[in-house]
Amino acid sequence: VLHVTRPLHTAQQRLAPLPPLPEKGGEVRHGLIPEEFFQFLYPKTGVTGPYMLGTGLLLYFLSKEIYVINHETVAAICILSIIIYGVKKYGSHVAAFADKLNEEKVSKALAVKNEAIKDLEAAIEQEKKEQWRVEGRGFLFDAKRNNIAMLLEANYRERLLTVYNEVKKRLDYQVAMQNLKRQKEQDHMIQWVEKNVVQSITPQQQKESIAKCILDLKALSKSAQAAA
Amino acid sequence: GPLSERHLMDVRLGELPAWLATRDLSLQGLCGGAQKAWSSYYDKYINVKRGGPAGISMLLAGYCLLSYGWNYQHISKISFLVSV
Repeated sequence: VLHVTRPLHTAQQRLAPLPPLPEKGGEVRHGLIPEEFFQFLYPKTGVTGPYMLGTGLLLYFLSKEIYVINHETVAAICILSIIIYGVKKYGSHVAAFADKLNEEKVSKALAVKNEAIKDLEAAIEQEKKEQWRVEGRGFLFDAKRNNIAMLLEANYRERLLTVYNEVKKRLDYQVAMQNLKRQKEQDHMIQWVEKNVVQSITPQQQKESIAKCILDLKALSKSAQAAA
Repeated sequence: GPLSERHLMDVRLGELPAWLATRDLSLQGLCGGAQKAWSSYYDKYINVKRGGPAGISMLLAGYCLLSYGWNYQHISKISFLVSV
């Protein structure tokens, strides 16, 4: 828990990124004296004023021995000459190298930003496409409804066929039963009639019927002989 | 404008003591002033995209002058000058 006695977030909230750095630094002449000094003296002394001031000051310091020439002076002259020669010769190369490093950094960040923008735009396209697809949900459900109706119809018809088959089987059974019964009755009756008839033929009748048959055969043979 | 709100560059030579009197010369005020001076120098000459040798060379030159001033007494003695 933060116990605050001072108000937080009182300054104006900055929403934009930081302002960019200035391109070039303040103008400096000969690497040591800012340009403002020359501008300051220009109205009174013109262009050569500061140089005359510098020369006068230098001679004054030297003559009054405010600046003492000693061994360190020689060292300073050598070091300064080498430094100035190095800066003059390789300054631009170093500047180009530093600029290249900066450029790489900036381009990397820019590439990341462009990549992110492209990805987001692609995502927006996807989203729009999905929204367009949503409009087709009516068709989807119509198709599903059709499918289900077809399934129900097919099922219904299957069951109807089953019912029909079952009923036909039962009825066929009844028909077969009746046929069988009649058949059996017929056979039994025929057998019974034959049996009774055979029983009723007594031996007497058998002899008479055989004699009659022989007489008939004779008559027939006679008529056949007569015809032929 | 009023004396207390002007920068050092806008103050005339005769008004300098009066101007100094209006400044906040406590320790905190001096430190704040030094901080402001450094940050304005830094933003003008060093914290730029394409700086040059000017930024640090001015600092080094100032350091040279300051150290010469501090050591003047020692340098100007004959014993020092003789001993190469």
